[in-house]
Amino acid sequence: MGKLLEVKDLRISFNTYSGEVQAVRGVSFDLNEGETLAIVGESGSGKSVTASSLMGLLPKPQAVIKGGQILFQGEDLVNKSEKEMEKIRGKEISMVFQDPMTSLNPTMKIGNQIMEGIIKHQGLSKAEAKKKALKLIELVGITNPEVRFNQYPHQFSGGMRQRVVIAIALACNPKILIADEPTTALDVTIQAQILELMKKIQKETNNSIIFITHDLGVVANIADRVAVMYAGKIVEIGTVDDIFYDPRHPYTWGLLGSMPTLETDDEELYTIPGTPPDMTNPPKGDAFAPRNAYALEIDTVLEPPMFKISDTHYAATWLLHENAPKIEPPTAVKKRIEAMIGGRKK
Amino acid sequence: MSGKEKILEVKNLKKHFKAGRKGIIKAVDGVSFDIYKGETFGLVGESGSGKSTVGRTIIRLYDATDGEVIFKGENVHGKKSHEEMLQFRRNMQMIFQDPTSSLNPRMTVMDIIAEGLDVHGLVKTPQERKERVNELLRAVGLNEEHANRFPHEFSGGQRQRIGIARALAVQPELIICAEPISALDVSIQAQVVNLLKKLQKERGLTYLFIAHDLSMVKYISDRIGVMHLGHLVELADSEELYRNPVHPYTKSLLSAIPLPDPEYERNRKRIVYDPSILDKSEEPKFREIRPNHWVLCTTKEFEQYKRELESKEQN
Repeated sequence: MGKLLEVKDLRISFNTYSGEVQAVRGVSFDLNEGETLAIVGESGSGKSVTASSLMGLLPKPQAVIKGGQILFQGEDLVNKSEKEMEKIRGKEISMVFQDPMTSLNPTMKIGNQIMEGIIKHQGLSKAEAKKKALKLIELVGITNPEVRFNQYPHQFSGGMRQRVVIAIALACNPKILIADEPTTALDVTIQAQILELMKKIQKETNNSIIFITHDLGVVANIADRVAVMYAGKIVEIGTVDDIFYDPRHPYTWGLLGSMPTLETDDEELYTIPGTPPDMTNPPKGDAFAPRNAYALEIDTVLEPPMFKISDTHYAATWLLHENAPKIEPPTAVKKRIEAMIGGRKK
Repeated sequence: MSGKEKILEVKNLKKHFKAGRKGIIKAVDGVSFDIYKGETFGLVGESGSGKSTVGRTIIRLYDATDGEVIFKGENVHGKKSHEEMLQFRRNMQMIFQDPTSSLNPRMTVMDIIAEGLDVHGLVKTPQERKERVNELLRAVGLNEEHANRFPHEFSGGQRQRIGIARALAVQPELIICAEPISALDVSIQAQVVNLLKKLQKERGLTYLFIAHDLSMVKYISDRIGVMHLGHLVELADSEELYRNPVHPYTKSLLSAIPLPDPEYERNRKRIVYDPSILDKSEEPKFREIRPNHWVLCTTKEFEQYKRELESKEQN
């Protein structure tokens, strides 16, 4: 598994009337070939901004990349011109958005929308492009491709529309597929179908997926690795098992604790108090400290670095420092991890 | 259960919408259930199942096409004078999904929350009005300084708290929660759910909780009804429903929920709902397969489901 994408210390700000909003504050991660990386976090954590920057889709001129690198196969995407990005976007890296209604053109037939990218990037003739588009429609599990090819988005249901969007995204066999909350607007059974579809396609084409979501159930289902974002930073990153069975950051504890499992009964849900910070003026030190029941004094002064827990697992919290007091995860979280692991041993 | 007092009875409720010149959409087509005082009744289903229409018809935002909604012994859809309607609305309130569009952007939080108090003449003096609003703000975890602000100054979770305070203002007995947490972030969802549970304990409220997030519904509800295409297909205590789902649709719905447990997810097998396996020989009826566990089925299916449950019990 080679490294396909390396993001290094990425910083993105938005210039607004009320000042500079620091949406992404030093994000670093790698993406390997054929793997699925999930980025989780609340709204405003910077997960979608990070994804848009990979595609060169940040709104200009408000958004400014303040620093850092996005290395795609060794080339830095940050310095690419719009013209150069056009060659990469849709061809090497493509994206599936949350709302399948607004990401399709309502006045264009589905088939033409799928063909658009194929003709532009691969220089195929119309007839060849059509053949390929029909194959794609079939690949994403839409029956009657010949008929569907000539239909408009409004003739499709939400789940079917999302399949079309995925077909468009896959048209040029991209190496990276970025999915920004692709199932949030869909029903659970449709969501399950879309997730199964993405996994099946990944198996066939060995593409990498960056999956952005706030639904931890979906993460557990689809991800190989997980990055947890808070206030523009990755606070914990690891394999899916690291994050769910051995979470180390108090924010990850909070996220896991606030979702009831089917076994959670009468006790209160473990919650994170308060609301995310205002990113025009992020708090000094650890941005999570004001909401963190386990905050140490140093958290209000100095930002924690990434501590290494294992080769795959890193977390940014002072609790992992050798001088920090040994703190156990909250009982609610511990109980659920034990229940998950214990339940299987039976 | 029989010892408990019924606060709401829904009997064969139907709500049909006109679609175009000839078409009719049967959004709700013969739904019956009871809600007992002090419980949380969860209603789940996918989009288009009719769950929201049921909620809106119960509170008479829609007129029912057929059937009855009996709230505290009185027919909601019967002819009512203005005063009777007022009294009814005092006892039943609603919390909406989108906390942005359900609050008037031109009104202060004080006026939003006090609107019900004003309409019903529940407060006599401005002083009393202010005190009541402050008390409500504290109850939902906001504070007095928030009273003079406008909705846009708040985050989604805080707005939802304002919506809850507004519903509580007239001291209702039943609150219809229509997807109250769907638009909120995970950590904020948990805060609002904890708040709803706390208020229920303190004030003896009854909730009808409509949502599509099944794990949250399981957590908050005492009993759950599953809706599909305008019908209630299954109804049971929440524990029983999750442990022993009987109707093929319920089974498929439950098997589609992803849980935050990677190992479980690797082994989860989704059951695909195939309506063609249903028995078409007669009109299905809602039958009690076990005490307090109801399922929509024909006589033949009833026997089959019963056998399935029994064999499951023995293993």
